[in-house]
Amino acid sequence: MGAGNLLTNLELISPADFIKQKVQSVQDYALLAAQAVGNLFRRPLYVADMVQQADLIGWGSMPIIILAGAASGAVLALNSASTLQRFGSLGLIAQLVSVGMVRQLGPIITGLMVAGRNASGMASELGSMMVTEQIDAMRALGTDPTKKLVTPRVVATVFMLFFLTIISDLFGLVGGAMVAVLMLGLDSHQFWTSSWQILAFQDVFTGLVQPIFYGFIIATVGMTAKGGTQGVGRATTQAVVVSSVMILVTDFFLTRVLIVLLGFR
Amino acid sequence: METPALPIERFHGPPADSAQNIIVFQDVVLAFEDKPVLDGISFSLAHGETKAIFGVAGSGKSTLLKLAMGLVRPDEGRIFVLGNDITRMREEELFELRRQIGMVFQESALFDSLTVRDNVAYRLMEEGDVSEQEINTRVREALSFVELEHTIDKLPSELSGGMRRRVAIARAIITHPEILLYDSPTGGLDPVTSTTIIELIVKQRDVYKTSSLLVTHRLQDAFVMASHYFDKQANRMLPLSPGAKGDVPIGFLILRDGKIIFDGDVQQLSHSRDEYIREYIS
Repeated sequence: MGAGNLLTNLELISPADFIKQKVQSVQDYALLAAQAVGNLFRRPLYVADMVQQADLIGWGSMPIIILAGAASGAVLALNSASTLQRFGSLGLIAQLVSVGMVRQLGPIITGLMVAGRNASGMASELGSMMVTEQIDAMRALGTDPTKKLVTPRVVATVFMLFFLTIISDLFGLVGGAMVAVLMLGLDSHQFWTSSWQILAFQDVFTGLVQPIFYGFIIATVGMTAKGGTQGVGRATTQAVVVSSVMILVTDFFLTRVLIVLLGFR
Repeated sequence: METPALPIERFHGPPADSAQNIIVFQDVVLAFEDKPVLDGISFSLAHGETKAIFGVAGSGKSTLLKLAMGLVRPDEGRIFVLGNDITRMREEELFELRRQIGMVFQESALFDSLTVRDNVAYRLMEEGDVSEQEINTRVREALSFVELEHTIDKLPSELSGGMRRRVAIARAIITHPEILLYDSPTGGLDPVTSTTIIELIVKQRDVYKTSSLLVTHRLQDAFVMASHYFDKQANRMLPLSPGAKGDVPIGFLILRDGKIIFDGDVQQLSHSRDEYIREYIS
């Protein structure tokens, strides 16, 4: 292809149009998110679809969540060990792993893993349905696609991410315990007792509020795909990138808000 | 032949002959991202009539059907379907109206994850107040109309292109709609399968008297529809006797550059002197 052809194929866009497009995207997303929540109070409620999605998202993500959680806990214990040893405080490793996993690492790792696995899947599924006119067919057959497709995925992701986070936290502690007991020679009973006793209400609350927000982000971002074969590919990539970035940004603000509200540091 | 003048009247209520006209388009204008697709489209579909819509790719044929279904809203103009101004209806209100309209999409648009039975029964299952027994009976009835009863437990991916179109027809007719919208039902199919599909459309037109819009780029399909009728007793499509041509309720609509350049019957079409139309039908 000549340089001329290449240039003519490049789509040039004015800054005003670019901003308009971005504002439009934010508006579309906000509307979809509002509809997804609003549909919970309108009939019909597709409970069977919610259960099916919960199975796909929850049960399907279980192996990667267990592995990622265990690996995170083990690495956290391994990295902290040398620093704690320097101050003669190796015994605090259980507390460090416990608070680190429950308050922050567990929710974030779970959110990012589920975003990678499910946001892309949702975006490609929705995009393919658009390309093959299945979304139009659904509307033609008297079904609201936001009720049938979006709301069940949002409910299922929020619900399952909550429990996946708990599983991730648990296996994070298992990973940390294995490092502490098998590699650092600490007592297993002491590890579990310490990691349990250090946890305060604020830690658990902070850790379990986050997946509710992350689940909502993953499902709604995943369901904003555009049609077209190119659109499907782009939407799949964007869904993972956007939801991951949104999870990390939300994490910062959410943590700040919770610190202020719950009054802890 | 000059493009026939269309009887366009400007009014705000439903058309005076709305009892006869099932679908009425009034000065419909639509553009996608500032690119005009339809520019001042006006036509009507009479009760029991089938209107074949022609035009080159990208002339707005499929969009016309989506407008009639309320899936796309026009920028200007008004569209009346069964006496309702659908341009002013909310999506929830349109869901009710769409129960009386069946649509066969270009690539069938069957739901991949559902079996043929669940695809065909989709609308009945969504309504929620139909018993399983009633659903099964009506699915078998619709599938037997398209002669695909044996595929009831198959997935769409296990069917050929022609079979998928026939399942799509079964899905569209299961509620016995008053209007059927066919979007290129024979596109990409071999001549034998195309004839099977056309026979089903003719059967629906002549046996159930359903009004329909048929988008196609295969002129021969429309000519077959204009020159054949469905014999209920013989249970097959038969050619009309030589003098009877024009007796079947079929009209032709040709789109060009977003405008209607022809709206008439088969006789008017075959006698048209318009250079573009002559070239198109040759």
